[in-house]
Amino acid sequence: MGRFLVRRLAQSAVVLLGVTLVVFLLLQLVPGDPVRVALGTRFEQDTYDALRERAGLDRPLPVQYLSYVGNALTGDLGVSFRSGDPVTGIVLERLPATLTLAFFAVLFALLVSFPLGILSAVKNGSVLDHVARVFSQFGVSVPDFWMGILAIILFTGVLGWLPPSGYTPLGEDPVDWFKHLVLPSVTVGLVTAAILTRFIRSSVLEAMSEDYVRTAEGKGLSPRRVVTRHVLRNALIPVVTVAAVQLASLLGGVIVIEVLFAWPGLGQLTFDAVRARDYPVLQGAVLLVAALFLLTNLLVDLLYAKLDPRISVR
Amino acid sequence: MSVTEPNAEHAGPAPTPHVSERGRVWAALRRNKPALAGLFILAVLVVAGALGPLLAPYGINEVDADHLFQGPSRDHPFGTDDAGRDVFSRVLVAARVSLLVGLVSVGIALLVGVTIGLVAGYYRGVVDNVLMRCMDVLFAFPVLLLAVAIVAVLGRGLVTAMVAIGVVYTPIFARVTRASVLSVREQVFVTAAVSTGASDWRIMRRHVLPNIAAPLIVQTSLSLAFAILSEAALSFLGLGIQPPQPSWGRMLYDGRGYVQDAWWMGLFPGLAIFLVVLAFNIVGDALRDVLDPRQLTKDEARRTA
Amino acid sequence: MSEPVLALEGLTVTFGSARGTARVVDGVDWAVHPGQTLAVVGESGSGKSMTVLSATGLAPRGAKVTGTVRLLGEELTAMSDADRRRARGRHIGFVYQDPMTSLNPVMTVGRQVSEACEEHLGMSKQEGRKRAVELLGLVGIPSPEERVDNYPHQFSGGMRQRVVIAMALANEPEVLIADEATTALDVTTQAQILELVAGLQERLGTAVVWITHDLGVVAGIADRVVVMYGGRIIEQGKVDDLFADPAHPYTQALLAARPQPGVRADRLLTIAGTPPLPTELPPGCAFWPRCPVRGDARCEHEEPPLVEVAPGHEVRSFYRADPAVTEERSA
Repeated sequence: MGRFLVRRLAQSAVVLLGVTLVVFLLLQLVPGDPVRVALGTRFEQDTYDALRERAGLDRPLPVQYLSYVGNALTGDLGVSFRSGDPVTGIVLERLPATLTLAFFAVLFALLVSFPLGILSAVKNGSVLDHVARVFSQFGVSVPDFWMGILAIILFTGVLGWLPPSGYTPLGEDPVDWFKHLVLPSVTVGLVTAAILTRFIRSSVLEAMSEDYVRTAEGKGLSPRRVVTRHVLRNALIPVVTVAAVQLASLLGGVIVIEVLFAWPGLGQLTFDAVRARDYPVLQGAVLLVAALFLLTNLLVDLLYAKLDPRISVR
Repeated sequence: MSVTEPNAEHAGPAPTPHVSERGRVWAALRRNKPALAGLFILAVLVVAGALGPLLAPYGINEVDADHLFQGPSRDHPFGTDDAGRDVFSRVLVAARVSLLVGLVSVGIALLVGVTIGLVAGYYRGVVDNVLMRCMDVLFAFPVLLLAVAIVAVLGRGLVTAMVAIGVVYTPIFARVTRASVLSVREQVFVTAAVSTGASDWRIMRRHVLPNIAAPLIVQTSLSLAFAILSEAALSFLGLGIQPPQPSWGRMLYDGRGYVQDAWWMGLFPGLAIFLVVLAFNIVGDALRDVLDPRQLTKDEARRTA
Repeated sequence: MSEPVLALEGLTVTFGSARGTARVVDGVDWAVHPGQTLAVVGESGSGKSMTVLSATGLAPRGAKVTGTVRLLGEELTAMSDADRRRARGRHIGFVYQDPMTSLNPVMTVGRQVSEACEEHLGMSKQEGRKRAVELLGLVGIPSPEERVDNYPHQFSGGMRQRVVIAMALANEPEVLIADEATTALDVTTQAQILELVAGLQERLGTAVVWITHDLGVVAGIADRVVVMYGGRIIEQGKVDDLFADPAHPYTQALLAARPQPGVRADRLLTIAGTPPLPTELPPGCAFWPRCPVRGDARCEHEEPPLVEVAPGHEVRSFYRADPAVTEERSA
């Protein structure tokens, strides 16, 4: 376990370093002078000089990179080309909204996909199985933003039950907060549910064909016990990974949904930063999301090692 | 002592496709009704892509100020948009660019990813480690976020969108290829080829590549689905195909403001994306069932994110 | 002789498919008595495993099972699914071929052993654990108090098979069914497992049904032998009679194919051809296409009956019915 942990940590550190390099290079790849591009045609020379100075763009590339990594480690991700505010603050301020959306989307997805995926595998070939398979095939194929639009047409346009977009902080008005949360999180959640249902179904089916299930049946266990103790315990271990990876991907993957529903999270921030050519903010958002993604993966692997007794000896 | 090994039915690797197996694949697809439906949709897509502008009843930018926001009718089966343009014509014509972005970007991902995976899996060791860590780095970014970042830096437009989507889907091809190469490399015919002194390049081309075709064909079909989905998302964000060129994603973005009054603007372009993506997915799954039944990777779970 | 523990009468298993019905098991009769070992021999696809699985209610989905199965005098085939399930693990224990895959990888061996006791005898977790330690000791696992909390991957193949045997014997069942239980093991381990089962059988008076393709195993442990081919019994008898005087050409070929001391491996005989698919059984004798004798013109079109050639020794072949052919061939 100790060696596994060390190796896994080292691997994540290397990948994270690579991630910082990619994010750093984003700014270097901007054709021309990124600060000039960002500021447009009319700007104060002082502002321009200050931003270039702050971004350290006049130093040699390796030095720039090292200072970028060094600063990032101390929590300094530079300043916005637009507002001059520290990027770290801007990015962290948007994180809770995205976390909320991703969390509720995955929660909804789990509530749907667990029963559906398991029942669909256990009752392989039944009507329910067909429904589940059509659901998951449609779900992975549907553009989430289109589903969002359809949901708005239905729940706002036709039924008038829910607001089409926007965000109310939980502290201000919990009911309104929830009303705004429902459409975006269910939209994202349905797509995630489709992916998970598919995965759970095949994972359970695979476990059901294992020899140890036959052994359990030979012991005369009730069908229910065979499924819960032997099939599910094995089948759901990989599902933990996939569900967590889904959650992590959603942190940066809900750009379009956030834009559609005017949800003030990291995705909306990224979108605004791209439009404003505010490269430091874009870099900060991308770096944060990638780092969170790596962290989730690391935690999941450690959890996996706890759940699966075979891992520790590998 | 034994007459026949009792577990002989479990022995032997899954068959890999050769040209002679095309018949078998076709026969299996023909029996699969959803796959047939998928192939039909793809055929329609190809026809629309090739002949779209000729088939379209109206010009894609034919503004008609007298017929703004018209609901579906005989004259305008998908209605008209905020500039009085015929939505049906625009959806039809946009098929070409969607298909083009899908094919080119997956082509890029296939070419680069397979090369990387082949080299990594064949030479193993340090080369493998360095290349695959690079792929891990790319894999650490959610697909759409990375594509958005690349487009943001390189400038919006058709070409950068294709490059960005291509880059984003490269690691999946690299991983699939590497995993297959690792198992093929251990097989006798490769060892035999090595012992006859054939060059590495020749062995990879003649012996390894044909034997890893199955998972790659499947991955290509599935990736086409998600490349088209990604393009739609980029265009929705205004980062992909630029107006006045019509694109499904952009039409949805424009339609989003009128969902309560002109629902058709938000319905039909999305339906087009959905059907095409669904078709590629169904065909991909059907191919997987025939060619590569035991493939279900964790990567798959990430493909829409 | 005492009442049989497990007896099959006319057991038939069919699968319906679009292209016709497949008769995987066809009218099989056999019985096993307390403390005795019955070996069921055949190639893969001969129906030997399917016979036992179907008899105990473990037939795969879609199988149609007819005939009578009696367990301790009670008709198993007339029971509900739930009652039949309760008989498994309580009165019948199973040992499968591959100990590497037949144990649940994420559950301690102790839990897997005690599970059947908890299910059938209503033992508590603590009692179950005590019982598991006892059983692991019984099957010869060293320091069972510590090993009880280990996971399957921490055991070698032979030790895992001992765990599987402990599981099968957890409730001291009257019948133990061993389906190719030593096939996946190396020769030394195989011998140890055979010895273990024989010892336990003597101690507990268990009847054993040993399903195998390996005549070497049969010679060492069986009292009676049933030879199956194409879903049917083609020969059965006491082990000594059958080895001394194999009556069916198939059995003779099987015995000839055994490696013998002093015979070089390259001189071993093999049986040409492959066993028939259950969907493509020939109209007459199932072995006819591969038969080296084909002594009788009826063989191709008429199924030979099972006839007694010596007390307790039955064979399904026209070949034995015509002594002239026998002499000619053996000359």
